[in-house]
Parts: sequence; C-alpha cells; structure tokens
Amino acid sequence: MAFSVDIGSLRPVVYDIPVVSTQLNFSDYLGAIKVRWGIGRNHYTVVPGLYKVGEPRCESDVLVTANYKLSFDTLRKNLESINAWVLVIDTKGVNVWCAAGKGTFGTDNLVKSIKKNALENIVQHRRIIVPQLGAVGVAAHKVKEQTGFRVIFGPVQARDIRKFVNAGYKATPEMRKITFPIYERAKLIPVDFMYGKFKLLLALFILFVVSGIDNSGFLFQKMIETCSFPLINVLGAYLAGIVIAPLLLPVIPFRAFSLKGAFWGLVVIGFINMFFEVNLAERIAMVLISLSVASFVTLNFTGSSTYTSLSGVKKEMIWVIPFQIFFVAVGLILFIISKLRM
Amino acid sequence: MQYLKNTVTLELDSGLCTGCGLCTMVCPHAVFEMKNRKAQIVDIDDCMECGACALNCQFGAITVKSGVGCAAGILNGILTNSVPSCNCPGTKKNETNCC
Repeated sequence: MAFSVDIGSLRPVVYDIPVVSTQLNFSDYLGAIKVRWGIGRNHYTVVPGLYKVGEPRCESDVLVTANYKLSFDTLRKNLESINAWVLVIDTKGVNVWCAAGKGTFGTDNLVKSIKKNALENIVQHRRIIVPQLGAVGVAAHKVKEQTGFRVIFGPVQARDIRKFVNAGYKATPEMRKITFPIYERAKLIPVDFMYGKFKLLLALFILFVVSGIDNSGFLFQKMIETCSFPLINVLGAYLAGIVIAPLLLPVIPFRAFSLKGAFWGLVVIGFINMFFEVNLAERIAMVLISLSVASFVTLNFTGSSTYTSLSGVKKEMIWVIPFQIFFVAVGLILFIISKLRM
Repeated sequence: MQYLKNTVTLELDSGLCTGCGLCTMVCPHAVFEMKNRKAQIVDIDDCMECGACALNCQFGAITVKSGVGCAAGILNGILTNSVPSCNCPGTKKNETNCC
C-alpha cells in the first residue's frame, strides 16, 4: 500500500503530543516501591493516549502499552536513544498481561485507541508493536481488519525491544518466553502479603480471643499468657506460605502449590513447636490450622505465578479446599477443647 | 517449571492449521513448534491456558479454556456465581490484588 501524507499538515498535531523521558527519576522509583507494597496501587496510572520518545517521525515505530505507570516506566526506560511513538491504552491502571486477560488490553480497546489518536495520520507505515503478552487480549487479524494496522507481537520483556527492532522485528526464542526467576517472585511477595493482611489479622484476633477461654469462663490473664503459641504459629505459617514457598518455588518437587505451601508450613511450624511447652491437643490444633493457612496462601500464589493454568488451579482447589476447611474446623474445636481442659 | 500434569484444556486441530506460525510467536511457554508446515504441540503440560494462541488463530484451529488462575479469584467466581475474578480495578470495585 502506498500512502501519500503531507508531512507539513501533520505538524500541529505532532507538536501537541507529549514527549516522555527515557530516564526514570527518584519519584518514579519511589512510586514503584510503593505500589509493590500495594500502596496507591489502584491509582498508579498514566493518562492514556499517544506519547513521543525521542524525536519520532512518520516512519518511526509505534509501541503499545498499558496505562499502569509501572508498565509505562518499564517501557520508556528501555527506549533510550530510540525514536518511537508510544500508544498508551486505557487499561484502568492494570499491567499489560493482566489487562489482556480481562480484555481491557484487548482488540476493541486497541482499535478504539488507534482511531481516537488518528494514528493513520501520524505515521506513514501501518505496523504497531504490541507486547507479546498482550496477545492474550489482542487478536492481530481483527486489528488489521478494523484499522489496517498490522500487529507485530514484540518480545515479552521491554528490555529486549531494542534487539527485537534491530533484528528486523524478529524475536529469539528466549525473548518469547516468560520466565519466573527468584527476583521476579520476590517482587510479588510484598503485594501478596499486604493483600491478605486483613484476613490474617482476623485469624490472629480469633486465636487471640480463644486463648482466653477457660472452663471457668473467660480469663483475660490466661489470654495474654497463652496467646503467643497460636499467634506465632499462624503468623509463621502465613509467612511460610507467602514468603518461603514462593521464593523456593522450584525447590520442592510437588507440583501442586498447596502442597508446596503445606511443606514449608510444616517446616516452620515444626521449628516453632520446639520452643513451646504446650499440651498435645493444642499442638495438634495449631498444626492443623497452620497447615491450612500455609497451603491456602501458597495456592493463592498461583494467581501471581506465570505458569499455572486455570484448569490446574481448579483441580487443585477441588481436592484441597475441603481438607483446608476440615483442618481449620477440627483445629479450632481441638483448640477450644484444649483450653477448656487446661 | 511445570504445573499439574494432564489438566490443560488446550486442543489443536491440525486439519484447520494453515501453518502461519503465529501461535509459536504468541505462546509465552513455547508450547508450539512448526513441523512440516503445521503447528504441533511440544509439551502440553507447559501450557498455562493464557489463551493467546486461540485468540490469535484466525482459522479456529486452537481451543483452550482460559481465565484468571488465582485461588481467591476462583473462589470469588464460585461465591458470586460468575466468572473467576480477582477484583481488579476495571472489573469490579477498586480493591485488592490482581492476578
């Protein structure tokens, strides 16, 4: 297809497009740290629209990304000395992959964005580079049908874009694969930890109160004196499931996440139990409850992992959740009984 | 790293495959490879059911049941009798974790 575009007539439009830096500053890094801890995570957005990096021209590439600021920052810091257009789609502040899974980073939104920003008047070519993980929501052939733009699926990681473009839009097999190395897993831990904090506090509160139960009624003194064992157990199990199991994900041979969590839960609970002199019923009660906690929070990490399937998680849940509920119920009853007899 | 064996719903109909190779590009786990101008599945247990291949196969040769895969999201789906959802902004009320 040949296009004749009067470049001169485009200037007023082009000049309105904001230019973004490829350098992140202190507040960008601070913002990244905060959202990793779940602070302001749902409002960490960029205004959707077209941006310029360097001095793009009508032949320059168009890179598409989500309007989650962390995604946008990751992209732009990898574009140093590259001239390109960056088209930011409104994904409600969700990253490319998750948004693609939900459809906000999808065909319709991309088509809308291309039309709204009159991309056909800004570039002469008809190609856009969409991150590979966006393919979960973007159907290349439909975008082509509706806009004339050919979608080129770029590499998984923004850091490979330069190499990808220089190689003539060819990705090596490594660039196409999502990995899940320990530092990536570590980055996900804080947000998972913060996500479950209210449920954790509720569980701790219940155990705290139950600690005071006595056959003579309720003893405040007893609650204070005996609460440490159940509280430390459950907190330990939570940390085992949410920190240790994800960090050491490939170390344990079980494939099921709930079993990985249960394994590390057992290790941690076993360690904790060495330091306490309590009766057997209470010990068993805490092992049961803690096992459930650890296995559930690790099972939930499937949502953060990059290789688990929905069918697999469902299958795992069907046989594991009944055990978890049963363990917690029996554990709680045993715990109360142990309190009444003590 | 691989998840559970024999649970994935991915299916490839070689009869419909035209050999365009797009599935080998969009799959983040290299589940497909091209052989004799047709796509074929290398190791199905590598599949995470993200759905990118099926969505981008304009010939309808690939099917897979895809969706959100976190336990809390699936529980949400069961409890509210809807599709699994992690309550991300843009789906429901602003809150909590996303996949």
